[in-house]
Amino acid sequence: MARQDWEVVIGLEVHCQLATKTKIFSGANTAYGAPPNTQADAVTLGMPGVLPVLNGAALEMAIKFGLSVDAQIARRCVFARKHYFYPDLPKGYQISQYELPIVEHGKLDIEVDGVTKRIGITRAHMEEDAGKSLHENFVGETGIDLNRAGTPLIEIVSEPDIRSADEAVAYLKKIHQIVVYLGVCDGNMQEGSFRCDANVSVRRKGAEKFGTRTETKNINSFRYVHAAIEFEIERQIEVIEGGGKIIQETRLYNPGTGETRSMRVKEDANDYRYFPDPDLLPVIVTDEEIERIRATLPELPEAKRDRFVAQYGLPVYDATVLTGEGPLADYYETVVKDSGADAKLCANWIITDLLGGLNKAGQGIAGSTITATMMAGLMKRIADNTLSGKMAKDVFEAMFEGEGDADTIIDKKGLKQITDDGAILAVIRQVMDANPGQLAQYREGKDKLFGFFVGQVMKVSQGKANPDAVNRLLKTALAGE
Amino acid sequence: MHTLSLKAMSDGLHRKQFSARELTQHFLARIARLDPQLNSLITVTAEQALAQADAADRRLAQGNATTLTGIPLIQKDLFCTEGVRTSCASRMLDRFVAPYDATVVKKLHAEAGMVMLGKANMDEFAMGSSNETSWYGPVKNPWDLERVPGGSSGGSVAAVAAGLAPVATATDTGGSIRQPAALTNLTGIKPTYGRVSRFGMIAFASSLDQGGVVARSAEDAAHVLQAMSGFDPLDSTSAERPVDDLVSGLSQPVKGLRIGLPEEFFGDGMSPGVRIAVDAAIKTLESLGATMVPVTLPSAPLSVPTYYVVAPAEASSNLSRYDGVRFGHRAESVKNLEELYKKSRGEGFGAEVQRRIMIGTYVLSHGYYDAYYLQAQKVRRLISQDFTQAFEQVDLILAPTTTDVAFRFGEKTDDPVAMYLNDIYTIAANLAGIPAMSLPAGFSDGLPVGMQLMGNYFSEARLLSVAHQYQQATAWHTQMPKGFN
Repeated sequence: MARQDWEVVIGLEVHCQLATKTKIFSGANTAYGAPPNTQADAVTLGMPGVLPVLNGAALEMAIKFGLSVDAQIARRCVFARKHYFYPDLPKGYQISQYELPIVEHGKLDIEVDGVTKRIGITRAHMEEDAGKSLHENFVGETGIDLNRAGTPLIEIVSEPDIRSADEAVAYLKKIHQIVVYLGVCDGNMQEGSFRCDANVSVRRKGAEKFGTRTETKNINSFRYVHAAIEFEIERQIEVIEGGGKIIQETRLYNPGTGETRSMRVKEDANDYRYFPDPDLLPVIVTDEEIERIRATLPELPEAKRDRFVAQYGLPVYDATVLTGEGPLADYYETVVKDSGADAKLCANWIITDLLGGLNKAGQGIAGSTITATMMAGLMKRIADNTLSGKMAKDVFEAMFEGEGDADTIIDKKGLKQITDDGAILAVIRQVMDANPGQLAQYREGKDKLFGFFVGQVMKVSQGKANPDAVNRLLKTALAGE
Repeated sequence: MHTLSLKAMSDGLHRKQFSARELTQHFLARIARLDPQLNSLITVTAEQALAQADAADRRLAQGNATTLTGIPLIQKDLFCTEGVRTSCASRMLDRFVAPYDATVVKKLHAEAGMVMLGKANMDEFAMGSSNETSWYGPVKNPWDLERVPGGSSGGSVAAVAAGLAPVATATDTGGSIRQPAALTNLTGIKPTYGRVSRFGMIAFASSLDQGGVVARSAEDAAHVLQAMSGFDPLDSTSAERPVDDLVSGLSQPVKGLRIGLPEEFFGDGMSPGVRIAVDAAIKTLESLGATMVPVTLPSAPLSVPTYYVVAPAEASSNLSRYDGVRFGHRAESVKNLEELYKKSRGEGFGAEVQRRIMIGTYVLSHGYYDAYYLQAQKVRRLISQDFTQAFEQVDLILAPTTTDVAFRFGEKTDDPVAMYLNDIYTIAANLAGIPAMSLPAGFSDGLPVGMQLMGNYFSEARLLSVAHQYQQATAWHTQMPKGFN
């Protein structure tokens, strides 16, 4: 049998760290990168007698996410305790949500190869992160850093609707885009703010029953997700076709080898002994609160894209690129509004020149030396014919290098387009006088020489003559009328 | 000085008849002389007490003292005290010193200006009805040193009954304030769940645990309970509701009150001595103008089995944090992580605590959760509903606190179930979360008998006023054990 005889079934669990200043159940700081155990207060350490108090900001962020994927927000949700012993889990249990999560029954549309597909979101629940075990620099011992313990997370669980690694990545990117757009997650995958577990199984095409699945844990890049899923698909098909059986287990992806390996077999997994946390009362969310939070939701990528198409007359491609990130979309809108220039012109410059340049420099829109106001200044000078396209490129380069705004650079370099008909005509006459032979040939019907004259005029004017005016005036002048 | 009421003690301090330092020294001297017979304290904080007394004297001189400023107090050793060991009477926390104060500790000492004499002995992690499970040894009942003081607040009651302190804090998960108060002739009140903050109070069973106070009278108890009550933003389960004026509420008359007598609490289990005392107390209250009304609490007999599912379940979870990794007892020379857990917990926890962790782990396990834990929660709701219905007919409910007077050491230690049945009259109030108290109602064979009053949610003022009026009409509560008076 071959790959095409198999159907792949994938469900993703995305762990998304909420961008709160303090932990989910205490006032300890959540900033990344502090020295070990400097952001662990008594609650984080699980000291005797201390109690959790829910961080309202975390709840609000979870609700925001739920609203953005068109999910049901629970009017009453409950925190439960999930028990297991591990040194980086201070209380011997993790406070999570089990039976009554805050978000249920959401959905998300993804697009792969031009085909749109709907992926169900089973639930998104709130929970606290665990700490970190450190093995480097410890011989025969383990160090524990509890800075991350108690950091708020939402775990977003998809339905097993995903059918390929490409779809998985598209889904993951979409979730990433949304949570970053909402400002509920910084989306930093290197720092572990956004990571995912992939549940993968295969079944013969046409089979109704799901195959046995494996869960690959903590994958922290889009590329790795793709590679890990691909590896699992191949491995599982190979095992089954070789007469073997897939065992339900937890696996780890190794980016070095591109392979997954078994971490622990599910059968001897913990009995988590979930029960409602008696230290935290059920959280009651009112309709008013939900509406208040809904009112704070930013316009989401898809809606923004559609609006850009309608409002600015942009092609879908341009609109999609420009709305890929919230700050970029804001940048574009500022440029259009401040410059009053043609919306498509602005889109071209931002997509081709600015994003191209930033990409090469390995920067995002936030790191751009050219601010939206500066970009608008450049567009304005193009629109009012101060700059020709060619000159604008030079001004852009100078701006990108940090030489100041467009007007400053234009002044400094004397780059003002000549639009005055009289001045251009003077140049044209000069050029005609200097090239009598060509003039005669042209008048005898050699139309191709028109380009020669344009070039000469531009050369003499040092590129400053307005090309439209040159075209128009040159035609009359060459005709000798 | 140790026989004075708390109000009289406060008046003495305010009128400069004696200083807080003198008062503190008096009690510290009694502790040094008498506690070796009782073992009621795990830690005596003499030096700190004198410093707090001096601070109280300065406050008294400045005129910004409260009624409680300078009054000595003993804290049950499960309230965390910054810089002072909090052991929970467990080897696990033998050397644990919290870097924070429990909210109760903060309110009573930093705010009210009370003086902490020390930390009271107790059953390990508050699990026990006889104070025989403490890592620091059993506490003796000052009324008969051969007998138990009750548990788990055994140290708190023994100390107050013997006049080693005028008042002590205590906690009640299934009767741990009321049962020992009854066995030592004290007045003890467990307020409504959520009335007193649990922050910094080492958890046994979170949904049942409630801090309260033991004292020699309802009036004394009212002063202290008033100061320790109130909403605490650090405890999500604490009640966001103003505290009634418990002290001025004491003068409310009994006349016209309807008092419920639940048939389920007056069955065969009660000893004749307890029955005689409680019947006499009922007569006294009737003579003060109360009307007795028979009521029924049909689910109450299910309290003990329900409790012994819910409490161990929560305890097994709450005690997971004692793993030898970050604080508390850590076993030595272990080979791997699993052994670290097993040995640390095996050595750190006593037999009763281990037994309850096992029960709790079992009832929460996959496949048993529905049969035990969930079922128990349903019964718990029925028990609450019984009370709600009863309080539609009556203002409060009266019952015995215990089936019998204090028993002898070792009498029930080999039979955990017999021990668990000690709390048969007290547990229902914890499951429902209603306030309940025990107060002296006489003696049987020279040993104290307690009666219990239970009220609707947040009716502490009513309970204390009835107890106070009863104590104005009787003298049981003024009796002190021989050798300690």
